[in-house]
Amino acid sequence: MSYDKFQILKSRAVPLQIENVDTDQIIPARFLKATERKGFGENLFRDWRYNSDDSVKKDFVLNDDNFKGKILVGGKNFGSGSSREHAAWAIYDYGFRCVVSSFFADIFRNNCLNIGVLPVQVSSQFLSKLFQEIYENPNSKIEVDLPNQTISILNIGLNEKFEINNYKKQNMLNGFDDIDYLINIKSEIEDFAKKSII
Amino acid sequence: MKKTLFDKVWDSHVIHKITNGPDVLFIDRHMVHEVTSPVAFLGLKKRKIKVLYPERTFATADHNTPTLNQHLPVKDKLSANQLKALENNSREHGISFWGLGHEKNGIVHVVGPEYGITLPGATIVCGDSHTSTHGAFGAIAFGIGTSEVEMVLSTQCIMQQKPKSMRINVSGELEKGVTPKDVALYIISKLSTSGATGYFVEYAGNVFSQMSMEGRMTVCNLSIEMGARGGMIAPDQKTFDYVKGREFAPSGGNWELAMEFWNNLPSDKGAIFDKEFHFEGKDIEPMITYGTNPGMGISILKDIPKYNSDKGQKETYKKSLDYMSYKEGETMLGKQIDFVFLGSCTNGRIEDFRAFSEIVKGRKKAKNVTAWLVPGSHKVEKAIKDEGILKILNDAGFELREPGCSACLAMNDDKVPPGKYAVSTSNRNFEGRQGPGSRTLLASPIVAAAAAITGKVTDPRTLF
Ligand code: SF4
Repeated sequence: MSYDKFQILKSRAVPLQIENVDTDQIIPARFLKATERKGFGENLFRDWRYNSDDSVKKDFVLNDDNFKGKILVGGKNFGSGSSREHAAWAIYDYGFRCVVSSFFADIFRNNCLNIGVLPVQVSSQFLSKLFQEIYENPNSKIEVDLPNQTISILNIGLNEKFEINNYKKQNMLNGFDDIDYLINIKSEIEDFAKKSII
Repeated sequence: MKKTLFDKVWDSHVIHKITNGPDVLFIDRHMVHEVTSPVAFLGLKKRKIKVLYPERTFATADHNTPTLNQHLPVKDKLSANQLKALENNSREHGISFWGLGHEKNGIVHVVGPEYGITLPGATIVCGDSHTSTHGAFGAIAFGIGTSEVEMVLSTQCIMQQKPKSMRINVSGELEKGVTPKDVALYIISKLSTSGATGYFVEYAGNVFSQMSMEGRMTVCNLSIEMGARGGMIAPDQKTFDYVKGREFAPSGGNWELAMEFWNNLPSDKGAIFDKEFHFEGKDIEPMITYGTNPGMGISILKDIPKYNSDKGQKETYKKSLDYMSYKEGETMLGKQIDFVFLGSCTNGRIEDFRAFSEIVKGRKKAKNVTAWLVPGSHKVEKAIKDEGILKILNDAGFELREPGCSACLAMNDDKVPPGKYAVSTSNRNFEGRQGPGSRTLLASPIVAAAAAITGKVTDPRTLF
């Protein structure tokens, strides 16, 4: 499925200064029962956003009106745990287009890249500065520039380069996905399959 | 160049290399279940394409299924809907489908090996992170997201950057009462939940060569809990004996061809790994977790560690202990528990039930404990009955449920209530994993058995 192209994103950011945020927190298993990709944003961080009686947990950052934006900034080892792509869908559906952390779990990172959420891995120093800036100045704009692979805290003029593999970068820039590519090499796949003994 | 086991399997499946990009990897076998596949099938519909090689995909219902009264219609509407979607999609595309009540039904990572879907030297994927289980056979097996499920259904390929390689050696012997689960929890506690992120792990050394195939599956299953894409163990005679004659394993001339390939799989002497760790079997004791990630595990005899690192991490640590309502420095032994869960793709196989029953034999379940004993598959369930284990369990006051993922992720009714403690043989102790507000202590089947008998955290070795 193709998704919106990602070029340059300038936005405020939402700070979630917790480490090892796992996909069970991002979207708890009981919300995985849909057969369509719809409405997952409502249940993003469900058990951190709401009490068991569905009342709002005021102290959770998504319920804090001070913080808004299309960029989610998380602590180290973001997205560990289950392979559920629903976690990335929930993030996208809620309105985030980019997640920043100093370290991402592998499957989560791939899932994000496959659906058009850009995972930006920064140094832990940059991450601390970023948290500090957002807390001190929640209106501060962050710029994520995919063509140049940079992330900048515009207010204080601090920026850093980030890595992304070139193939994935082109896909994100153009809103393409892998299946389009693979269908084009179908005859190679068929030749390979013929030789397989398993 | 000297190659690792991982290199050999990976390289033999690369169809196409993209410069500065991922490899296109051919997938031999693909397993699907009801939760992560519906949107992938919808994607095929939108693109107007069919599954390319339906004979390479196998579908089973497990995540969402009840573990009682499986012969009745599933009550929860959304679950029923998802199960129906899997059935319809499988039929429409000509995929083997093992739904509720089918004799081959069970947890995807339990039935794969049981029917010879899991093979040495194969590439195996599934939309579930514990696909790493199948690495026990010397396969490259890893979990994928739904977009990738769609990719494999439509093209039998996946695009992946080759991960780095890590070898974890555990030499020597394990002491009595120390199980494969303890080995895995021990390694994760040393490496942390992100210690192997970006790596594919090979487990090597005497402890793993002596381990049964089921034990190897438990270890490889938990690879993902230290962030690894997957884990694998070189196939040996034990592996081949296990695989031979199973329904979907190669036979006749194909078996000979396969054996030629498989015999060459072990890492070459002198092959270089990007990272390597060494542990001693004798240093490992029965383990238990005290926090909210699988890296927060300790020997059952030790106290909950005090934290002394920088502030950000300390807050995460404190949040975790607060959730569990535990304090630094407390001892885990003797802590009251409310639930026991024996099951999951980590410890829901016949050896796990044998081990559990040995401890509870001739004893009685503690009154304050609710125990869910859930076999990983119908085949396991049948063995439990045939081997007389069911009788031992019943005599001790336990009941057996029907197969499925159950309280491992609590998508069905098997939810641990808020604030309650469960000793669980599954793989994740995340906040709310076993139901909103639930508190999970991960442990081996025999630690679970000891807890079920005594109603608290107990060293199983005191019950031998
Ligand atoms: S038992 Fe748990 S970990 Fe295993 S497949 Fe089911 S939900 Fe996933």
